[in-house]
Amino acid sequence: MGAGDRNSSGVENVFREAYGRVVATLVRVFGDITLAEDAVQDAFVIASERWGDGIPPNPAGWIVTTARRRAIDRLRRDARGRELLQDVSYTLQEQEGRIDQGLVQDDQLRLIFTCCHPALRTEHQIALTLRLLGGLSVDEIARSFLVSEPAMAKRLVRAKYKIRAANIPYRIPADADLPVRLRSVLAVMYLIYNTGLDDPERSSLRAESLRLTRALVALMPDEPEAAGLLALMLLNEARVPARRIGDEIVLLRDQDRSLWDRALIQEGRAIVRACVRRGQPGPYQLQAAIQAVHSDAASSADTDWPQIVSLYDHLLELLPTAVVELNRAIAVGEVDGPTAALADIDAVTSRLEEYHLVHAARGEMLRRLGRFDEAQSAFERAGALAPTEPERRFLNKQIAELSAGR
Amino acid sequence: MNQYLLSTWAVEGGVERAPGSPEEMQAFMQRVIALEAEMEVAGAFAFGGALHGPDAATVVQLGGDDVVMTDGPFAESKEHIAGFYIINAEDLDAALAWADKVVAAIQHPIEVRPFRATGKVADNMPTA
Repeated sequence: MGAGDRNSSGVENVFREAYGRVVATLVRVFGDITLAEDAVQDAFVIASERWGDGIPPNPAGWIVTTARRRAIDRLRRDARGRELLQDVSYTLQEQEGRIDQGLVQDDQLRLIFTCCHPALRTEHQIALTLRLLGGLSVDEIARSFLVSEPAMAKRLVRAKYKIRAANIPYRIPADADLPVRLRSVLAVMYLIYNTGLDDPERSSLRAESLRLTRALVALMPDEPEAAGLLALMLLNEARVPARRIGDEIVLLRDQDRSLWDRALIQEGRAIVRACVRRGQPGPYQLQAAIQAVHSDAASSADTDWPQIVSLYDHLLELLPTAVVELNRAIAVGEVDGPTAALADIDAVTSRLEEYHLVHAARGEMLRRLGRFDEAQSAFERAGALAPTEPERRFLNKQIAELSAGR
Repeated sequence: MNQYLLSTWAVEGGVERAPGSPEEMQAFMQRVIALEAEMEVAGAFAFGGALHGPDAATVVQLGGDDVVMTDGPFAESKEHIAGFYIINAEDLDAALAWADKVVAAIQHPIEVRPFRATGKVADNMPTA
């Protein structure tokens, strides 16, 4: 765990909120990820011992200052470290006692581009970003990747080794390299956002990925896909208040739309409109456009489903994946009915055998067709594969309603 | 400044998409000569070379009290290093920028690998 024994919820809150920023700052100052992580870890352990009487006024600043001292202590212990210290002493003097917000944001962007460097394999990029920018523990990342904790720890060690050995720079890429480098950053940001969306415990990841994506858009205003991802996140974010009642999942069609955040929808839709005017469509922009159509509708029945199917057709041309096909099939269900949708879903099921939502969608279409026994086995299969407890409960509820409705 | 090995690999003796006709060979040579001149000017060129095939290799090793030599390459694999550059580069991005140019010139994949240390071991010993 990152924050020692985490017996104080105050320390834990600061950890979740500030970890990424603090590590990014330390990486800039010392140029070494492992040292930065270890020092920040030390600082949080010290905080959990000392903050019993109350949290200092600027907790993130306290952590940075403490971590910097710990890093210097660690460096003084060996000869190579003492050499490195001479290199960084100027930066240290310049930094002492103040945190420049602009600089901190740049620190994070630099670290994002390092973590998402295409010379690292994608699963390593994601793991590093979640660990260093999101502050997730190794165990948490391991669970979200469905691998064991030692396997994930090994992955992170290998990724950090490569950054260090190959000298992957901490730098925002030059204009010429940006499009390629940005693609992997956006994919990682969206995955982090979705991790926060799926798990209320990790909801801070949503704010974190939104903040980082906003910063990316500000840095690259001419990159429509960055804007598209931001719009997609904002339109999803607008629905968060309606996505659950207590711990229970509420599907889009059943959501109380008065709970949707109109300001976020306005912002998201304005970005989508600007993207349409720009005329350089990409996968994130199209997904945002689909969500914008949903956000226009007063209810599920009032939704312009043919428009959504047509946007999915366009998306399939740019992003021909089984998951996009599945989502298109679900929209087809609203236009052409459950028989057509079921045929389309069956066409992708073999490629998504382990994906719970394909079975949930099949269950739904089978239920609408009155094929209750088949619907039940589909929901059961979905429940067995569902990664989270709320999703399992939701699917069990579908099964219970199925029995009651017969 | 760091150093990186940019190596090209031959598969079973042959280099895929190697220049076939004399015209192709001439164009290939011109691209490579221009690139090497560019490396030289930028201070990136440290060393480069093309290797004879694995059939020309000899393995030398300790066998009991004797030194034993055997005909052939060390690794019995389909792939063998065919040639390489050693370049000076500030960081991986700079090395990859050179790698892009090498790939464009030779039309063949390369592996970019950082050196842990270069030069004489004695020169790399800690001073303390």
